Amino acid sequence: MSVQSVFPALESLLPRVAKPVQYIGGELNSTVKDWDAVNVHWALMYPDAYEVGLPNQGVMILYELLNEQPDVLAERAYAVWPDLEALMREHRVPHFTVDSHRPLGAFDVIGVSFATELGYTNLLTALDLAGIPLLAAERTDEHPIVLAGGHAAFNPEPIADFVDAAVLGDGEQAVLDITAVLRRGTQREVGRSELLKRLAETEGVYVPSLYDVRYGDGGGIESVTPNDPRAPKRVTKRTTVDLDEWPYPKQPLVPLAETVHERMSVEIFRGCTRGCRFCQAGMITRPVRERSLQGIGEMVERGLQASGFTEVGLLSLSSADHSEIAEITKGLADRYEGTNTTLSLPSTRVDAFNIDLANEISRNGRRSGLTFAPEGGSERIRRVINKMVSEEDLIRTVSAAFAQGWRQVKLYFMCGLPTETDEDVLEIAGMAHRVIKAGREASGRNDVRCTISIGGFVPKPHTPFQWAAQADPDTIDGRLRKLRAAINSDRRLGRNIGMRYHDGQPSLIEGLLSRGDRRVGRVIERVWREGGRFDGWSEHFSYQRWTEAAAAELPPQGVDIDWFTTRERTREEVLPWAHLDSGLDPDWLWDDWQDALDSREQDDCRWTPCFDCGVCPATGTDIQIGPTGATLIPLTPVPAAGG
Amino acid sequence: MAGTVERGVAANPAPPTVARVRVRFAKRGRLRFASHRDLARAFERAVRRAGVPVSHSHGFSPHPRLSWVSAAPTGVASEAEYLEIGLTRPVPAAELAAALDAALPDGVDVLEAVPSALGATSLADLIDANRWRLTLPGVDRAVLVEAVDRLMATESLTVERATKNGRRPVDVRAALVTAEVDGHPVDLQPGVDGVDWRPEEPPCAILTAVVRQMTPAVRPDDVLAALQAVADLRPPVPPMATRLAQGLLDDRGNLADPFGTARV
Ligand code: SF4
Repeated sequence: MSVQSVFPALESLLPRVAKPVQYIGGELNSTVKDWDAVNVHWALMYPDAYEVGLPNQGVMILYELLNEQPDVLAERAYAVWPDLEALMREHRVPHFTVDSHRPLGAFDVIGVSFATELGYTNLLTALDLAGIPLLAAERTDEHPIVLAGGHAAFNPEPIADFVDAAVLGDGEQAVLDITAVLRRGTQREVGRSELLKRLAETEGVYVPSLYDVRYGDGGGIESVTPNDPRAPKRVTKRTTVDLDEWPYPKQPLVPLAETVHERMSVEIFRGCTRGCRFCQAGMITRPVRERSLQGIGEMVERGLQASGFTEVGLLSLSSADHSEIAEITKGLADRYEGTNTTLSLPSTRVDAFNIDLANEISRNGRRSGLTFAPEGGSERIRRVINKMVSEEDLIRTVSAAFAQGWRQVKLYFMCGLPTETDEDVLEIAGMAHRVIKAGREASGRNDVRCTISIGGFVPKPHTPFQWAAQADPDTIDGRLRKLRAAINSDRRLGRNIGMRYHDGQPSLIEGLLSRGDRRVGRVIERVWREGGRFDGWSEHFSYQRWTEAAAAELPPQGVDIDWFTTRERTREEVLPWAHLDSGLDPDWLWDDWQDALDSREQDDCRWTPCFDCGVCPATGTDIQIGPTGATLIPLTPVPAAGG
Repeated sequence: MAGTVERGVAANPAPPTVARVRVRFAKRGRLRFASHRDLARAFERAVRRAGVPVSHSHGFSPHPRLSWVSAAPTGVASEAEYLEIGLTRPVPAAELAAALDAALPDGVDVLEAVPSALGATSLADLIDANRWRLTLPGVDRAVLVEAVDRLMATESLTVERATKNGRRPVDVRAALVTAEVDGHPVDLQPGVDGVDWRPEEPPCAILTAVVRQMTPAVRPDDVLAALQAVADLRPPVPPMATRLAQGLLDDRGNLADPFGTARV
């Protein structure tokens, strides 16, 4: 049975919407396959706008990997903006993939990648527009399997009613294993319930409907237990062990539309063991696995040729930490000297080495801004969050940066951290003042700038702070107001300091969705029914809609929004994600939480002995870092047209 | 999220432009929804992928020297878009066209390239009019003929257009040189809700118009607005517009090909 493109119907709607180019597909390096010539049909969805979703590395990697399988096709879908959604409803056009505009409902499986929980309402829009029942329990053999992936999938309980399964951890091998299961029979062939059991037997795949959650009297969870013998008691995350074996993307997608990142991205390592206690990404992606120098060099070269991009992004959670980063940046800067190719490197380390790197990649160039992330305002709070940076380090580092020609520094902080007081936050003002003074002294100029960027802290599952009470929005907003006043208390310094922050309200909702359990699903659905869309965008987010929905849906289930957010958990409490295994030993996590409360720091296991967080034995992996001592060999330049 | 530091390139002595080549390309099918900015970026990448020795501007962020003339609006297909590329060394035009075409997404198709002598008449000076084709599904030929006749019978017909600088009047009639209607009659069913354009149905009425370049430019949408103003013509689905040609207008209403004398 072939599947028709909905494009003819869509085409007459596109002249009436904003930026229609985002819905047309046809990107360079995109793939369209014959529907009838393959056995397994994947739709990969990023539940946010195209401009954000297209550059997403996870989707790009899986898209290419799946399409390399001869009997598999993968197409991409992104959230549609409300203008197109309304027209699609009016003209009965179903949600589609951008590659061949096939309706989402025709696929065997829809993999949805959640970078943030604020994409949940967009999942519901897509399902509804596709004619797929919102509730997994109401789907039949004719409907696709809906899979959640990405970091938010480490606690998929709030969307447990809407997804058929969640995949924990790295996706590369997992999607191939799931494909193998579908090859043996799709839901249309073996029946949905059999297929779900087969998926539950697949490493790293969690099928919520095969687990019963029982609640106790106090509102907490009593137990989460499999209701089928084929579902494992605990589901352990997948870990890709050798990044060099997975050199994706090889052919990066090059959009016509403008997107948030327009560059050739190479993930230079995965995982992080710096142990910042607030950082879920660092905790759930352990251990550190580096890509080799040669592997990086080849990916960059191949990717630039395939894309025509002029920027190379060396990505990871803290790129300056690659054991051979100096060789990598120097090698690439040498290789692409004079070709108008720029390098970018996300790194916020507060040390001289970071400036050396920045100098290297801005060789001969303009030195504009450098970013550092002390994260906490006071020495004490930085010990709590395990961000080992002294104020002395920071001042020394920024002085060096200003002395070497940089004119602006950006400092990242969080507000609402566990044990935080007003004083901890107000110390940010003093720090910023000293940065300006040190900068003026080091550079001999008056016009140095410091921008402070502050986000509200959201406690996340699988981190030592998973037990912590989240600060309420009023507390956060109050502290930020006082901070602003403190910064401006010295006009001469304050006028060189910019402050950027988000108010605390979206953070509280993110907190509800992050640490919620299955009872939160009703809140999500209600918000969506009342028009909630694109909650990650401040112009679309409505705090009131969320709090009203929570007030209506949670109390009948014995809980409320504070119970999920501003309440500290005890060690005995069964956390909603306790049966989902990130490899971190729960006892280690608890001890690390206690260390946090005692302001005790924890070293990085890359340079000090293993501190037994549990990940390596649990996932059968090991830290994979260099240095290998290799160097990047210069390549011959790209041959030009016309010889 | 995390901060980035970016490498700039100093005022390195970029090699000078020693040759230029002019390119005609089409934007077709779904790619008609690409904007001019989208296409400009696609070409900047394509020249790199194709290894075209394009010259660059000087300064901290050097830009490849691509010069554009009057791009077709977003949503309008085209068989006649033009740009000029500065080169640091001469390259056979046909070879460049083939390499560039291979490096662009399908639907942005390079049709022809010709060398352009330094100091030759500029592309902009070789173009003062366009030929557009407007396909109006669901519109009867006779209805369109009647509307076009009325429009042509006026001396001047001004519609309002939203531009960057607010609403501006454009005189559609003044810009319109010729307008011809073609197509097949069909049963029109006004008022049927949810009329979807089914592609298997033949297009119904087709208008081919030669329009003089003016400031602000008269676009296909303006022509439609003018037809609505004179004859209350309201197509049931958005019409599709294609730019067929650009060039210098002669006395008989024909367009002279901008590459006419440059072909080797
Ligand atoms: S198990 Fe040990 S070596 Fe592995 S990530 Fe945890 S602390 Fe580091």
